[in-house]
Amino acid sequence: MMTVSGGESLIFEKGIPGHRGSHLPTAGVPAADPAVLLPGVPLREEPPSLPEVAEPQVVRHYTRLSRLNYCVDTGFYPLGSCTMKYNPKLNEEMSALPGFAALHPYQTEDQVQGVLRLMYELEQALLTITGMERASLQPSAGAQGELAGILMIKAYHRDNDGTGRDTVIVPDSAHGTNLASAAMAGYRVVEIPSSPRGLIDLSTLRRHLSERTAAIMLTNPNTLGLFEEDILEISRLIHEAGALCYYDGANLNAILGKARPGDMGMDVVHLNLHKTFSTPHGGGGPGAGPVAVGPTLEPYLPMPLVRPVQGEGVFTLDYDRPFSIGRVKGFFGNVGVMIRAFTYILSVGSDGLTRAGEDAVLAANYLRARLCDLYSVPHDGPCMHEFVISATQQAERGGTARDIAKRLLDFGIHPPTVYFPLTVREALMVEPTETEDLHTLDRFVDVMRQIDGEITNDPETVREAPHHTPVRRPDETLAARHPVLRWQKPRSDEFSEPVSG
Amino acid sequence: MSHTIHNDNDRLQLLGALGASAVDDLFSAIPETLLLRRLDLDPGLPESETREKVEDLAAANRPSGPLSFLGAGCYRHYVPAAVSALTSRGEFLTAYTPYQPEASQGTLQSIFEFQTCVSELTGLEVANASLYDGPSALAEAAFMALRLTGRDELLVSAGVHPEALQVVETYAEGPELTVLRQALDPVSGTTSTKTLQLSTATGAVLVSQPNCLGVVEDLTPLAEAAHAVGALLVVSTDLATLGILESPGMLGADIAVGDAQVFGNAPSFGGPSVGFLACRMEHLRQVPGRLVGRTLDADGRPCYTLTLQAREQHIRRAKATSNICSNQALGALAATIHLALLGPVGLRELGEICLQRAHHLHGLLCEIPGVRPLVTGPFFLEFALALPCAAEAFAQAMRTQGIDPGVPLLRMERGARPVFDPDLSAGRDEPPPPPTVPAENVLLVAVTESNPPDALARYAAAAREVLAGTEPRPQGTR
Repeated sequence: MMTVSGGESLIFEKGIPGHRGSHLPTAGVPAADPAVLLPGVPLREEPPSLPEVAEPQVVRHYTRLSRLNYCVDTGFYPLGSCTMKYNPKLNEEMSALPGFAALHPYQTEDQVQGVLRLMYELEQALLTITGMERASLQPSAGAQGELAGILMIKAYHRDNDGTGRDTVIVPDSAHGTNLASAAMAGYRVVEIPSSPRGLIDLSTLRRHLSERTAAIMLTNPNTLGLFEEDILEISRLIHEAGALCYYDGANLNAILGKARPGDMGMDVVHLNLHKTFSTPHGGGGPGAGPVAVGPTLEPYLPMPLVRPVQGEGVFTLDYDRPFSIGRVKGFFGNVGVMIRAFTYILSVGSDGLTRAGEDAVLAANYLRARLCDLYSVPHDGPCMHEFVISATQQAERGGTARDIAKRLLDFGIHPPTVYFPLTVREALMVEPTETEDLHTLDRFVDVMRQIDGEITNDPETVREAPHHTPVRRPDETLAARHPVLRWQKPRSDEFSEPVSG
Repeated sequence: MSHTIHNDNDRLQLLGALGASAVDDLFSAIPETLLLRRLDLDPGLPESETREKVEDLAAANRPSGPLSFLGAGCYRHYVPAAVSALTSRGEFLTAYTPYQPEASQGTLQSIFEFQTCVSELTGLEVANASLYDGPSALAEAAFMALRLTGRDELLVSAGVHPEALQVVETYAEGPELTVLRQALDPVSGTTSTKTLQLSTATGAVLVSQPNCLGVVEDLTPLAEAAHAVGALLVVSTDLATLGILESPGMLGADIAVGDAQVFGNAPSFGGPSVGFLACRMEHLRQVPGRLVGRTLDADGRPCYTLTLQAREQHIRRAKATSNICSNQALGALAATIHLALLGPVGLRELGEICLQRAHHLHGLLCEIPGVRPLVTGPFFLEFALALPCAAEAFAQAMRTQGIDPGVPLLRMERGARPVFDPDLSAGRDEPPPPPTVPAENVLLVAVTESNPPDALARYAAAAREVLAGTEPRPQGTR
């Protein structure tokens, strides 16, 4: 990330009328006027205001923009619940192979056997890792996996006299997507308070279970980085009440090769290939959110599924799924992301995955141990792959979690997730992952300690941070009150900037 | 090979700092009965061997090329080299969601530029930062329209892609919406407006422009009919046609969605692609997904930030406008760069090339005895043919000459509802007239600038040869 004064002008503002960055072939067929080929069809009269720039200017513009970004390739990203591990370069090359990238989804199955095998083998690997029975790779991201999972649960209850089950239970430490997915699937959402230890409280859970309960959605380890020790009792209680268990796989990195949601009694699990399986986040996406199920929900999986044709050594797309909830996405899922995850699993293998989980947990515990004298740790005991510290002591001295986050940027470190989970005040949620060396971990500790000192000695510097980023804190209120969501072509008068206040 | 980087020495040092003797001590919270002895996968491989294995899988596919005329929702447009050169930069590729605007101006500004492009092309004031794909964007738009109208019934044209309809129906199971379907006029192939099943219960009318048979819909009467009952018109559109066609916004669409895969994104077996959603400013608060806005930083400099986040799941939780979190930012960047390279003139030329080549091939093919257009409506870059034989058999015969001649209608309808659904006679619609061509004989042909003129000529010659001597099959029911 480079420091520049002021931002980059927009690509639209760089144009010179008549310039262009792409030259197309001639049609090479008898020319005809669109108005003739499209009789009676209303045609565009004014050309759209797109940029008018040559290729070198386009390349410079986006290269310069890229340099305003922080990224895994340039620095440490201890962003809790996001698993910002290193994204191996081989994965990128593999997903870009023309043998994959140029495949059309409506090619016949005999032309796409390689990718079908890859998808099948990826599914098998994910089933081994999760202990589930069958998976659909279709969901585009974790939240879509959640929606698919909850819709499967809904279909199951509909088929089993459970239409009165209108409630999904989530712990108060849950990701926002859990509640939003359950609501989108038409459920009432009940949040239950965590125990003082930060875990699901069995007696609270029992109190909320009823014939109206459709499911519980939980993350294990949870967003406090704590393993739900009573998980077997939880799934037993849920099943006894006639409800099902949804497992949010956002934190699966912690237990790779150590424990499996299937063995915990989970009925449906989504995975985030862009977290646990090393595919890049791309500035917000694409991800992939495969959803894996046990036998109860197997008939309801989104379709089609890839399956081997018995005895023929070939793979087919199976549309004969009469109980399927249908589709959540066009075609077969984010295949380009699947190729990266498959490459990762192949390269690290059984030992590498297990080691990834162990090292991620080791790194988190190391950071936690080295920070717990200055920052308060709301929950005892070893953590899993992430932990939450509370900056309440710092906030009392005038440096909030947000201020600390912003000050970290000045040191070239991406901040942890802040103000989440909602159950911890001034929360900073730290997930170092397994791909950071000792120097990086130690530097983070040093910087966190330095910032703590600054809060006492030089609070203004922290409160006004960041100072060395391409821009400083944006005026969020202005952005929301006077939304400017696109560039406008200047009329004769000039482009009007938003006005502060 | 492992991407973990600690060696045993490092691990001892880390454990030492914790006062732990073994890494297993850290997993003591996991009940004994749950602990896995060994993960039953193959051991890891060195990079060279991993590459070999994955390359073998890629080599087992036959990727499509200039002789591929497959479309039906995923289109092969030429992607300039500058696009992947830029999107593969680690600064874009390995960045997280831009929740820290001070360290994410590159991503934020590129999304602002994407929003501008989508808004320009669709003729609507607001566009979001992307959604998963065209079909899920259509489902999100339907939900949005129902929130805005306070109603719970959708009317979906049979010209909406069968897979997109399936996604809408899957999403609709959540709030248990009523999803009605509107038949296509069997002659023109456009959404029939004579018997629109509209009522004051209808919250949104969903159509595709062009529709799944390639036919350009007449949007204005659809918009007028929808608005007359207080419903909104949602149009799923192909951005690559919008250098030529009037924008959906100008023709009365309230929400436009679609898949920006057509710009900058390889087909990649159907994903990842790039959903988009655009709407009128007055509907801003109901938009699903992320929005980037321009503002000023603490020093008064212009900058960009995620805004109006109170609509989103991480703030509003169960009351959010959608559950979406991850979107398709990198694909949106690719689309933006491709559009920037094309510019207004390039976009128009691109449309003209596709349009002219598609019409040229259409003319050549319709000269072949027994081949005729399925419907009479105007088309852009994709058209439906009625063949004198089964489209799959035709496709198979053409493939022996290296040509993928198009998508047989039945292939697009696999596992989904048929476009010409006999069930559409049920409900409030009038029964459609009996079809004259068996669905198995229908082929969808897509032509882009990636299909050069000589490929069109080869296609026509091969088709003539393959179809020579094919007797028209007896006309049955679809």
